[in-house]
Amino acid sequence: MTSIASRRPKLPPPEGELAPGQVRAQRVLRAALGRHPIGMLFSAPYAFFIAVLFAYPLGLAVWISFHRYFFTAPGVSVPRPYVGLANYDAVLDDPAVRQAFLNILIFLVINVPLTVMLSLLLATALNAVIPFRAFFRTSFFVPYVTASVATVGVWLFMFSSGGIISNLLGPLAPHPSWLVNEQWAMPTIAIYVTWKGLGIFILLYLAALQGVPKELYEAAEVDGASWWHRFRSVTVPGVRQVTTLVTLLAVITGANLFTEPYLLTGGGAPNGKSTSPVLQIYETGIEQNHPDFASALGVILVVGVLLIVGIQQLVQRRQA
Amino acid sequence: MLIGKSLPKGNGVTIMKSRTAVAAAIPLIFGLLAGCGGGGGVSASAAANAQGPISIWYSNNAQEVAWGEQMVASWNKLHPSEKVTGQQIPAASSSEEVIGAAITAGSEPCLIYNTAPAAVPTFEQQGGLVSLSSFPGGASYIEARTGPGASVYKSPDGQYYQMPWKSNPVMIFYNKKIFAKAGISTTNPPLSTYTEFLATSKKLVSSGAAKYAIYPDPSSDFFQAWYDFYPMYAAETGGTELVANGKATFNSTAGDAVAAFWQQMYAQGLAGKGSYTNDPFAAGTAAMAIVGPWAIASYQGKVDWGVVPVPTTAGSHGDQVPTFSDAKNIAMYASCKNRGTAWDFLKFSTSTAEDGKLLTMTGQMPMRQGIQQLYASYFTANPSYTEFAAEAAHTIEVPNVPNSIEDWQVFRDAWSKSVIFAQQSPDAALAGAATQINKLVASGGTP
Repeated sequence: MTSIASRRPKLPPPEGELAPGQVRAQRVLRAALGRHPIGMLFSAPYAFFIAVLFAYPLGLAVWISFHRYFFTAPGVSVPRPYVGLANYDAVLDDPAVRQAFLNILIFLVINVPLTVMLSLLLATALNAVIPFRAFFRTSFFVPYVTASVATVGVWLFMFSSGGIISNLLGPLAPHPSWLVNEQWAMPTIAIYVTWKGLGIFILLYLAALQGVPKELYEAAEVDGASWWHRFRSVTVPGVRQVTTLVTLLAVITGANLFTEPYLLTGGGAPNGKSTSPVLQIYETGIEQNHPDFASALGVILVVGVLLIVGIQQLVQRRQA
Repeated sequence: MLIGKSLPKGNGVTIMKSRTAVAAAIPLIFGLLAGCGGGGGVSASAAANAQGPISIWYSNNAQEVAWGEQMVASWNKLHPSEKVTGQQIPAASSSEEVIGAAITAGSEPCLIYNTAPAAVPTFEQQGGLVSLSSFPGGASYIEARTGPGASVYKSPDGQYYQMPWKSNPVMIFYNKKIFAKAGISTTNPPLSTYTEFLATSKKLVSSGAAKYAIYPDPSSDFFQAWYDFYPMYAAETGGTELVANGKATFNSTAGDAVAAFWQQMYAQGLAGKGSYTNDPFAAGTAAMAIVGPWAIASYQGKVDWGVVPVPTTAGSHGDQVPTFSDAKNIAMYASCKNRGTAWDFLKFSTSTAEDGKLLTMTGQMPMRQGIQQLYASYFTANPSYTEFAAEAAHTIEVPNVPNSIEDWQVFRDAWSKSVIFAQQSPDAALAGAATQINKLVASGGTP
């Protein structure tokens, strides 16, 4: 029988047996690589991926935003003078940018609560024992996995002036129709994004609902709590962590909005009322070769999202 | 330190922090090195006369792909040591953004047979283009093929960075079946003046023959102005470009007249405002389209079409009404290492024989002098294309000015706000756009 001592890994000699220089080197090495250097090897591919595709571009974008910069062919040397906050000034002075941020605010005000409420309600319903449960669960997930280009085609058809929605509403339908109407373009996009993304959020809530103890519902029922009271007092607090995650993801989705206004309203029509900051980054940075302006706008957007997330975390901690 | 022995809290935190820092720093350094290591460019002097394999991109519509493939095959048969590899331009929302990104990455091919003249100033600014005038006989080859019209494709420095290749004179297509249903002549439809055009449009819609009279793409893309405003502005002014002598020209009676015409079309519901996923003319949603002959292939078997020049206030007659060329040109790109072969191939692909094949296979007009005489048999067999050939000699181009794409975007935004969505008077919107464009042009390309 092998003794426990014999199964122990071989240990380095105690520090007392090493020369002072060796001890120092070992300490530095251990401080840098940790007790299990192999962990560095395992994490290196993902760290490399993050560094190359996220950290480096972000750092470069910040650098570009403080310089006069345009894209050039390799080997072409052009002056890239430091311009301080000039690009940020230009971004903040641009009424089209302010409009784009206002559009996103409208989007978030509609999309985030709608996403949270609908996905929680539908997940609760799908969690109950209902007929065709598997069918419904799959159905809600279909839009999420369908390509945006395909679903946008359907929505364009549905929300056009002669589309099914306007026909159903008759005289109540807005004129001009939804996606070319200044008041309705952004809300329609927000509803589309809610519908398209609902599947994944329902899935998150369904997973969270499995963790809510059944005893709590039984106890509430014994106490005579109605369905609404059980939902409010047991379900909602039970899935609070997921609600935070859903809210966070919905905010990030809103900040990154590009495909939907690009395809549904032809690049921000009517009159810039559905333009998003990312759409403007694409127009100025890629189409017009002004990456300095686009980078400043991008940095402002990142800071904005971080602020919203930070405030949200703060509120959540206080509530906890 | 022994395994199992707990570390003092402070020391542990320090170690964790330094480890995290190292873990984060190593890949970041790798990333920076990777970012800085690429590129380096091509030695222009070494590449200038070099012969060897090259790659090219051509447009992705079926007809041009077929033409491109046969042309590359013909060349490769004759020049096995200078093999050309052809492929369709990678898909994106516009070719210009693909080319711009490829220039930055240094991954563009030697030649692109889909270079929009409006993007040439930007590509030049990027250092992405090779001057075709730098080749022995380069400028004279271009001018001999295209004639005096070639000069509009010269850059402000007097060099040719693009070879005028093919044009698609924009005209009014009409659906004969829908016109007949609305009781309108299909051989001589009243579409010559703005008044006639509006009256015909009203008749088409009120009769229920079509949902819309015409449906130019209302989206905000900078290039959409080439398919509503610009052809009619060219006709109305007798061939004035958007910018002339460094100043915007459209803040004028002619510009206002064109804007007022389109505003009427939108205000009366005769032109569609919403985005669409399929071609409304091919689908029968719109009775007319404003487009060039490249689109004919997509109407095959769907629409029995006729074509007339774009209208003017006074009336457009004949086949010499100025319009927008919708040209696509050939440019040589800076990453090309075998520019000698690329230049030879460019001449091969724009030879009389290949131009003839381009016309036959795609229906698009090679920008070559005297095409009606040179390819007479084609026009005899396809009389409907004769008008495009005649119009091709009277087209105008987008101006070769600094910040060209931004200029067009400014114009499109003003147009969208005033003409399509009626949020501002067109006169005021165009005046504002003209002021902005004047500033952009005066900035001389400094972004």
